Amino acid sequence: MGNERWTRRQFVGRAGKTAGGVVLGLSLADFLAACGTSSPGTAGTGKLEIFSWWTGPGEKDGLAEMFKIYKNKYPNVTITNSAVAGGAGSTAKAVLATRMQGGRPPDSFQVHAGQELIASWVKANKMEAITSIWNSEGWDSKIPKDLKDIVSSNGDVWSVPVNVHRGNALWYNKKVLDSKGVSPPDTPEQLTSALSSLKAKGIANPLALASKGGNWQVQMLLENNILAAGGADFYKNVMSGKASFTDAKVVQALTWMKQWLPYANTDNSSIDWDEADNRLIAGTAVFHIMGDWAKGDFTSKNWVPNTDFGVVPSPGTKGKYMIVCDTFGLPKGAPDRDNAIGWLKVCGSQEGQAAFNPKKGSIPARTDVSPSGFDVIAQSFIAEFKTDTLVPSSAHGSATPPAFASAVNDEMGQFIQNKDVTKTASNLQKASDEFLKTA
Amino acid sequence: MATATAQPVMVERLPRSRSLRLPPWEKLTPLLLIAPSVILIAVFVYGFIGATMRTSLVRWNSALPDYTFVGLHNYQRLFQLDRFQADLVNTLHFTAIFLAGCIVLGLGAAVLLDQRLRGTLFFQNVYMYPLALSFVVTGTVWRWILNPNSGVNVILGNLHLDFLKSGWLTDTNTALNSLGIAAVWQMSGFCMAMFLAGLRGIPEELREAARVDGANEWQLFWRITFPLLRPITLSAVIILGHISLKIFDLVYVMTFGGPGYATDMPSLYMWIATFQQFLYARGAAIAIVLLLMVAILIVPYLVWNLRGETEQ
Repeated sequence: MGNERWTRRQFVGRAGKTAGGVVLGLSLADFLAACGTSSPGTAGTGKLEIFSWWTGPGEKDGLAEMFKIYKNKYPNVTITNSAVAGGAGSTAKAVLATRMQGGRPPDSFQVHAGQELIASWVKANKMEAITSIWNSEGWDSKIPKDLKDIVSSNGDVWSVPVNVHRGNALWYNKKVLDSKGVSPPDTPEQLTSALSSLKAKGIANPLALASKGGNWQVQMLLENNILAAGGADFYKNVMSGKASFTDAKVVQALTWMKQWLPYANTDNSSIDWDEADNRLIAGTAVFHIMGDWAKGDFTSKNWVPNTDFGVVPSPGTKGKYMIVCDTFGLPKGAPDRDNAIGWLKVCGSQEGQAAFNPKKGSIPARTDVSPSGFDVIAQSFIAEFKTDTLVPSSAHGSATPPAFASAVNDEMGQFIQNKDVTKTASNLQKASDEFLKTA
Repeated sequence: MATATAQPVMVERLPRSRSLRLPPWEKLTPLLLIAPSVILIAVFVYGFIGATMRTSLVRWNSALPDYTFVGLHNYQRLFQLDRFQADLVNTLHFTAIFLAGCIVLGLGAAVLLDQRLRGTLFFQNVYMYPLALSFVVTGTVWRWILNPNSGVNVILGNLHLDFLKSGWLTDTNTALNSLGIAAVWQMSGFCMAMFLAGLRGIPEELREAARVDGANEWQLFWRITFPLLRPITLSAVIILGHISLKIFDLVYVMTFGGPGYATDMPSLYMWIATFQQFLYARGAAIAIVLLLMVAILIVPYLVWNLRGETEQ
């Protein structure tokens, strides 16, 4: 009886909070969070709220697999899945920003490895370092040092990598390419000549290009080309403000893009990457430079790897792996801190990564997960991940702070219209001066 | 002097006669009744405007709040940005298309429907329905219609009108106008309703009198009807104008500001600057610029309205 009364009083308290939330115009996620407040305490009871933008097919299933593993370990914890759909994570990030600023963080949230977390929430002193968890779980021997460096700053580790996507990949329609007698290109120059010969053979726009939703797809082209023109060290320097965007190597990268643009579809601003994939499937385009989430899209549309489509590293980046990596961190003031730590351990575990990644279409961040459960392309990526030089993606938040990535997005939107290499390079340097020097 | 002496008499007389009859707590009732809304508006409207103003004057340009005062620096920087300059031009351009489209179509439809022919009620409803939709729905539907590879281009192709085909939302030269088409489609029905109400409010005697004086129907419209619709037109301009200055949802759904900056708007950039770039001070500065732009439109209207009321 006493328990029941207490619950009712708690209900009134919550109702008051909820009403306040509605007046303040906060989102549904806040409302859920308000409902989910519970006593912090012992691991294994209570609640766990996980925030992400994994709502699409594949990724949603991968997340569910990890929840299943967590449930097996902590059967008495109720998991709240606070996934926010829309805008490739941009909507979720806006909701997260509101909650973090309002002092009501989820227990753990998805964030791209590196600057997206470090330049914002770590710098704002809103995160708890997870160095001790990292050490006690022995992840040093399982996760490559290059990757650990990306999620670290000032000697502390800030989040656990769950998966690794590859940003520098060139996908092609294998049957069309074979029938036209063109071989998959290794260098940017080879891609240019492949595009021109495909056009001569009747394919008007052999390069599929998407730029809907903020031009991040074009930014991937740029960063892959900078990596190709300047190598890994130059890439890291230019992305940390130590080298200039007016350097001849960046100009070279932009020039390659300029040479490819005439072969790309002009309606790129109205299509997103998955619609660009459809052009490959339809055979109206042959090449698409995109992250390896394209593979999941192809296979879900019943396209068979190495039969219908193939992949090579984006031109000139063989031996390098552009890291696009999702991680989970521990916000200060997480309502269920102990449960959140349990979650981070699942995220970094062999079992968790083996269950999550085949569904998500990525490869594990750990190098000790058996490749047998993966498709052929993922298997070759797993092998290359172990030997390649790893570099963080700027388009996906790891190499640079959000403000810079967003400014580059704008500049790429201009570039595909005006195709002015010199002006774009100097504008990129202006963005670097404004957002990278202070970081 | 006359007013100065007249006023105190009125002010004094009313409370005195009331205070004699009412118990003291009764005097509090009106205050108590109005207090909740006054407090809520003070905090959640004017308080937040004040907070936004303050944010726009400080150095808070990361996830970490930083209240170092920097004066108008954020505004200076904002007006130097290519993107924001494009935004301002786009807003004016879009507002011009939107207002012209809504008023011409709205007035035209209202004049036709005012002829009291059979079926006008049906068409009146048909024209009004788009207003019931959210801009998000309108935007999604029009994005499909204007997709260069499907939708209207296919119809034009089938009709052998290929010269009318266009990149619509994907071409920098046509994107803003295409956006305007969708906005006009949604709001011209609302404009029609306003004009229709205005037209029905014009006494038939005035037109009769003009006809007796020998005016033809064309003169009748321009010399009698249209001038009498001026207050309605002004209201329509104000209402549509502030919608157009603050337009966000339609742009977000249809083009996300692209291609390039062709359809970018201050409100969209405000959202991106605040929630994607974490440039809180810049986002706040854009908000204040938007507020001023809308104020330039609204304040003279409110003053004009208020003067009209006091004159009555």
